[in-house]
Amino acid sequence: MKNLKTPDDLDIYKKSLEAKRRTDTTRIFICATGCKALGAEEVCRAFKDEIAKQSLAGKIEIIETGCQGLCTRAPVLTIEPLGIFYGRVTETDVPEIISRTIQKGENIDRLCYSEAGKRIPYVRDIPFYSKQKKIVLKNCGSINPRNIDEYILRDGYAAFAKVLTDMTPDKVVNEIKNSGLRGRGGAGYPTGLKWESVRKAHGDIKYVVCNGDEGDPGAFMDRAVLEGDPHAVIEGMLIGAYAIGAKKGFIYVRAEYPIAVEHLKIAIEQARNLGLLGENILGTSFSFDLEIKMGAGAFVCGEETALIASIEGKRGMPRPRPPYPATSGIWGKPTNINNVETFANVPVIFLNGSGWYKTIGTESSKGTKIFALAGNVKNTGLVEVPMGTTLREIVYDIGGGIPGRKKFKAAQMGGPSGGCVPAQHLDLPIDYETVKAVGAIMGSGGLIVMDDSTSMVEIARYFMEFCQDESCGKCVPCRIGTKRMLDILTRITQGQGKQEDIKLLKELAEVTKTASLCGLGQTAANPVLSTIQYFSDEYEEAIHKKETQTSQHNPPKPE
Amino acid sequence: MMHKPVTASEKSKPMADLTKCRDILAKCTSATSADLIPILQQIQDAYGYLPQNVLEEITARVRIPLSKIYGVITFYSQFSLEPRGKHTIKVCVGTACHIKGAPDIKKKITEVLHIQEGETTKDYKFTYEPVACLGTCFLAPVMMVNERYYGKLTTEKTEQILKSY
Repeated sequence: MKNLKTPDDLDIYKKSLEAKRRTDTTRIFICATGCKALGAEEVCRAFKDEIAKQSLAGKIEIIETGCQGLCTRAPVLTIEPLGIFYGRVTETDVPEIISRTIQKGENIDRLCYSEAGKRIPYVRDIPFYSKQKKIVLKNCGSINPRNIDEYILRDGYAAFAKVLTDMTPDKVVNEIKNSGLRGRGGAGYPTGLKWESVRKAHGDIKYVVCNGDEGDPGAFMDRAVLEGDPHAVIEGMLIGAYAIGAKKGFIYVRAEYPIAVEHLKIAIEQARNLGLLGENILGTSFSFDLEIKMGAGAFVCGEETALIASIEGKRGMPRPRPPYPATSGIWGKPTNINNVETFANVPVIFLNGSGWYKTIGTESSKGTKIFALAGNVKNTGLVEVPMGTTLREIVYDIGGGIPGRKKFKAAQMGGPSGGCVPAQHLDLPIDYETVKAVGAIMGSGGLIVMDDSTSMVEIARYFMEFCQDESCGKCVPCRIGTKRMLDILTRITQGQGKQEDIKLLKELAEVTKTASLCGLGQTAANPVLSTIQYFSDEYEEAIHKKETQTSQHNPPKPE
Repeated sequence: MMHKPVTASEKSKPMADLTKCRDILAKCTSATSADLIPILQQIQDAYGYLPQNVLEEITARVRIPLSKIYGVITFYSQFSLEPRGKHTIKVCVGTACHIKGAPDIKKKITEVLHIQEGETTKDYKFTYEPVACLGTCFLAPVMMVNERYYGKLTTEKTEQILKSY
């Protein structure tokens, strides 16, 4: 691989790759990340063996990709240029796919996606895909994330080269401000404003941090982006570093994501070899390099001050703000922390312009949002939709609705900091403000669908158990507030509820919310409050039923 | 955050061989406190847990007091001061798994292995721990044994899987 010496070199390199690219091959894209769990590796191997056996090397190309989204059909593959999507593929299907689909152009019905008894072989006709708008996920599932050339062929690093040649750091900050991009990690703080304050902060040394500590149960957007398109995150970080004046960056990734760490390592190494990371990038005076930091299993480290403590090698406990990391972050230096998805949005904004980006989404929330759709829904998977898409469109049109003869009851949005959105809000156009108005939060994008067999009191108890376990114990309201709320919720679910419990829960929730030090405690009561708001009858019922329940259930477990 | 007190048995534990630890430390000559977590992660990978005499070696080399190192270790759930089983079972207790039956899977594991969450079987074959979310909700309910995923579990399937090890 050669070292690129000027921004023009990148373009020349891309053209040389284009010239080498074969256009007459059939390409089979196989998800080799999430789908691994259900046998994707075996399928890949079977294809390679078969290709060797039949000497089809120049005719069929296997591309191991990141997540293609429709995880429920895992292991999945897409065949181009035919545009065919197959799911639940096993090794034994491989010879038939080659002989029938690739060589004769026939569809294999049993592998096709089906809806309402109809087989849909083509990607473009599958509602799960056709209703989405892929901006951030445009490469995810259609390139090999372990090969930088494939990213460059898709205009990768072109936005960064453009920024480096044509734009001053101030102009970069303004472009992001103008795009309306807001933090995708949950709180929705305007990214441009954050960049501006770090840019203006005093100090020679500044840091850029990518927060990939995706800890919300039920969220896997960041995992998919890091695994499927790691260079997009690196490019976003490069642009951010240039804008704020940082030479060093960290990517903090959860330890539970080994494939993401592996792909990032490869991506960083390849970017260094090409001269896209390191000293005097593309022959300019701009230098920047990246280091991966692996989390060690603490949910609270997703909070930015806790994350900083963890990078510094300490117990990952939050501290009061101000000072904000923008002025005093890692080792007391100005630090810009953005989420994985936020960084992945950056290159496309510079490629197409903030004017274009602003046309997508709602008045207050621009662009798209990736959701991890899971729970009691037919099409579990990864979806990207414009802000303002309704919950109904996500759950029914894209998600295919609720399996079995069950009914939609609620969607849990925003994980343990979020809330349950009931059926009456199905037509709510989703953006940061609307979701908050109905008692949930956008959060990082976990969206768990619950059917009518789910007990909402039990869900509230479940999230409280999670928050209580993950509470770092530094501040009293969170440490004790979550514990007391958990005690009450456990009591109610075990048929020991008391009449005054609902009032007590609300009171405790209010105190924990207002008095806790960081986001974990401030939002820990949200699942309780939203379930009380929409499903108070279930609480009442659980409390009143206690006589009958106690006789049915086991006695409460001793602490 | 679960705190893991050092038990009396800790003190009587055999000394671990320091060779692997010295190899790891040799690679980080200019180690600062920021390198502590990565060093501990490598030590745990190499030994399966964090033996006390190895920690004493680290404290001498990186000049971080043992008390501080202990503070870091007990904060993060990834670290273990106790020897662990040959196989680690991680049961996902994320939201999607929870509503699709993870509590029954947990009950089954306890029933089959006679250990609670966070414990290791007497023969050091299995360590069983719940994990907040594996990020593979489409496999719900799911567990991992070492690096291998087992998805769409039922209690019967869980028992079979455990018995296959």
